[in-house]
Amino acid sequence: MTFALETAANPVGLRRVAIDPVSRVEGHGKVTLLLDEHNNVQQARLHIVEFRGFEKFIEGRPYWEVPVMVQRLCGICPVSHHLAAAKAFDRVVGAVPVSASATAVRRLMHYGQILQSHALHFFHLSSPDLLFGFDSDVARRNIVGIAQAHPDIAKKGILLRKFGQEIIRITSGKRVHGTGAVPGGVNKLVTAEERDILLRDVPQMLQWAQDAVTLVKQLHANQLALYHNFASFHSNWMSLVRLDGALDLYDGVLRARDAMGNIVLDGLQDQRYLDVIEEEVRPWSYMKFPYLRSLGPKLGWYRVGPLARVQNCDFIPSERAEVERQIFVAWGKGELVHSSLAYHWARMIEMLHCVEVVGNILADPVLLSGDLLTTGVRQRSGVGVIEAPRGTLIHDYDVGDDDLVTRCNLIVSTTHNNQAMNEAVRCVARDYLNGHDITEGLLNHIEVAIRAYDPCLSCATHALGKMPLEVSLVAADGTLLDHRQTASHAAYEIDGDLCL
Amino acid sequence: MTAPILILGWGNPSRGDDALGPLCVAALADLLPKEWQTKIEFLEDYQLQVEHALDMVGRQQVLFIDASLTATAPFEVTPLQAAPETCVTTHAMSPQALMQVYHHLNGHTPPPCTLLAIRGETFELGQPLGVNAQAHLEAALQCAWQLLKSWFHV
Repeated sequence: MTFALETAANPVGLRRVAIDPVSRVEGHGKVTLLLDEHNNVQQARLHIVEFRGFEKFIEGRPYWEVPVMVQRLCGICPVSHHLAAAKAFDRVVGAVPVSASATAVRRLMHYGQILQSHALHFFHLSSPDLLFGFDSDVARRNIVGIAQAHPDIAKKGILLRKFGQEIIRITSGKRVHGTGAVPGGVNKLVTAEERDILLRDVPQMLQWAQDAVTLVKQLHANQLALYHNFASFHSNWMSLVRLDGALDLYDGVLRARDAMGNIVLDGLQDQRYLDVIEEEVRPWSYMKFPYLRSLGPKLGWYRVGPLARVQNCDFIPSERAEVERQIFVAWGKGELVHSSLAYHWARMIEMLHCVEVVGNILADPVLLSGDLLTTGVRQRSGVGVIEAPRGTLIHDYDVGDDDLVTRCNLIVSTTHNNQAMNEAVRCVARDYLNGHDITEGLLNHIEVAIRAYDPCLSCATHALGKMPLEVSLVAADGTLLDHRQTASHAAYEIDGDLCL
Repeated sequence: MTAPILILGWGNPSRGDDALGPLCVAALADLLPKEWQTKIEFLEDYQLQVEHALDMVGRQQVLFIDASLTATAPFEVTPLQAAPETCVTTHAMSPQALMQVYHHLNGHTPPPCTLLAIRGETFELGQPLGVNAQAHLEAALQCAWQLLKSWFHV
């Protein structure tokens, strides 16, 4: 299956431009562009160049190790993997549901980490582009430049992130790669002293999170055309929602809408995700391309993450964030918002929601006392689905009677957005690069489009052994010298195009 | 109450001599007399990140500790000045760049900062601390201890 600008009709003689690496994202990726003699883009691809193999080397490990191991997938969102794995193995140990106290600790951990991840992404990674301009001086287009030009904004961002990291430390033992969640529950609750440390800062964090939403709204208002049209394209949208349709980042059922907002999937239990999602592989990237099976690979790809969640849900169950969601929806004037830059607005609404939820959980006495663990009838498999900062995260395991993992399948948030990020790159290539001399500033436009999705490229390249590889050796004049291709188990059609 | 002295070591404990920073911090914490415990805060991390600029607020002295490939064995002690970051990334900052960020955020110069750079030689993943690095660590520990005593006028 190929899409417009995915593969050049005749790559011979085209000029290759590469953005390598893509900066201010987590992990390693590159963008390649093939341009003709008029500087028109004939091919644009986002390549994920990391090769990790977690699905393979988790096999044969004791299941109780996995919630700790999978955190090494990522340094920004390890908690998401930690909790998704724990939720999956809750099923294996028969702990459905876990105790109210364990749920409270896990939810606090999860909303704390989304808060810190969203703060990191907006303030550290994306604000330099949004505040200075996409083609501003590259030397200051980073968090240090923000600290110099906008110290108040930088400080709020750093302290918001620090607050989220402190929540993670208290609930899981460490700011990065903690061990709080275990199959069946958690290994510690929160003390009253720890709760009070966090509660003390909630009012200030609420104000700063609200300020961040206000800032993004101002950015949109000041450049309406840019924020409406930049990397804007139609797609389906997928996320978890609570049974009553509310936004829920920790648990729920799967829902998908089409580009017009019609619900095409709803109420699907997370254990049955394979009924509806299929993954395609292509030889030029280590990241797979998921799609809704009912719609097929050409029409079934979708976006996940903040923009999907805020538009998929019926309401946000916290007061201030719900007000902001309604303002956001009104901006769309009755239609879904498709611009990639709108991810930033939705992300800040979610960050505000996270602070509100954190405040509510901290006020719940079950956080301080109750059962740590629950057990039940042992099962041989389990699926854990959670809304990570970047979108829907799926962990799926089989476990043998010897407690060793026999199968692991991970579909991570950034993978769901693979086609969307490629579409974003192609939109920008068409709208901004076609016919122009290539400058660093113009290439940063492409990076801005990718960054809007807050990709975690390290997470997205976890599979081993399913990648068909195609290697072409091409002379300087474009003559094909040699061509090799490996087999794959995936549904990929080779149509004779050269893959460079 | 913010402790007047911050000791901040960084490095990856799983990468051979890169563990020197965190190990030195941990060893200093073990040495600390009880009466000094409210006066010194110990921090360790994998890398120096922009958030650490705010950890420096309210301090009278900051001691950075890190492994170094280029320091003269067994260690070097250097008073630091704020300087803009020259590295292409900001997820692993230098202490000097951190001091510069401190200045941007707070509008005044940071507290006096000193770098204790301990000579390391091998940084392979999964390797333990090298034999030479262990000797360098012992020597650096004695130096850091003398520094602390001088700051407390002991």
